[in-house]
Amino acid sequence: MRYIEPHAHMVSRVTDDYAAMVTAGCRAVCEPAFWAGFDRSSAQGFYDYFCQLAEYEPRRAAQFGLPHFSWLCLNPKEAENLALADEVLAMIPSFLDRPNVLGIGEIGLNKNSRNEVAIFEKHVDLAVRHGQMILVHTPHLEDKWKGTRLIVDILKQNRGVDPTRVIIDHVEEHTVDLALDAGFWAGITLYPQSKCTPSRAIDMVEIYGAQRLWLNCACDWGHSEPLAVPKTALEMKRRGHSEAAIDRLIYGNPLQFLSQNPKFRIDKIASEDKRDAAQK
Amino acid sequence: MDRSRITDLYFAEARSKLIDLAAFLDRIDRSEGADDFRMKSLRSTLTELAKPGPDKAKKILLLLSDQTKEPVAEAGTKSASGAWAGF
Repeated sequence: MRYIEPHAHMVSRVTDDYAAMVTAGCRAVCEPAFWAGFDRSSAQGFYDYFCQLAEYEPRRAAQFGLPHFSWLCLNPKEAENLALADEVLAMIPSFLDRPNVLGIGEIGLNKNSRNEVAIFEKHVDLAVRHGQMILVHTPHLEDKWKGTRLIVDILKQNRGVDPTRVIIDHVEEHTVDLALDAGFWAGITLYPQSKCTPSRAIDMVEIYGAQRLWLNCACDWGHSEPLAVPKTALEMKRRGHSEAAIDRLIYGNPLQFLSQNPKFRIDKIASEDKRDAAQK
Repeated sequence: MDRSRITDLYFAEARSKLIDLAAFLDRIDRSEGADDFRMKSLRSTLTELAKPGPDKAKKILLLLSDQTKEPVAEAGTKSASGAWAGF
């Protein structure tokens, strides 16, 4: 089995998780910027975090031969502080030429507030101005349906947004069609309690088809499972899906989406990072 | 995949979750106080399970969702409760 983990917050995970993921067949990991579990007190805190995502974490992953990529943003959970958000937004362009930075994400909404909407629109505008791909976080639980509709409307209103270069993540049964019908990619996040279970994820793949869908674990500092994608692959096998269909969903699809950014070169990055790690 | 195969694969798991839900409702009934909006929402979804037709998961998720359209004035909290307070 081989797979790409397109959404994992590895700075929150222990080194053993890297070993387990690579053992299970992980060929690349992508890490969107996230909320730390507390609000950062200054833009300098974000600068340090972006350096961690663009410099340190790729070296940590390279110790296991695993290419590491990242997405940068201010998480919607921290969007209520508009002055801080503007400072962070102004800093992001200086990181966009880093070799492992794939785009702007995970931006989106959390509680569907006016300030969250304003900062989401600014992130989208930033991505469009700099020709960046976009990874979108949709809200949790009772806020997801409303938030996903707001997000889709905002993205459709921006004429510079190419839907084929945008993935709307954390979809469930009531939001997957909102993303796919509008031409976006959709991500299904596999969580032990919230979001989606492996069996429900496979249901959606069977109902909607595998086109423009990816699976991810979104593992972080909360209840989450870094091996959720390969475990779902085993569940697909148990349900009678072919090896080729499984490979397409968990490797081919993320490869297709992410390769729209020419920086997503798995073999090249892996060898460069291995060399850098050896020199440190 | 035929129905007997799906039943073979998932019946035990679904049965376990169903008993867990029943035990949770018993636990709530034994407790003191009244249902809040979360329990009222959850109880309203139970009738959906017995109805014939497709998309039960989608319908239940929608019943537990915020039905408004406009952004709220401010976030207030960062967390979600799992049910809509306006239910």
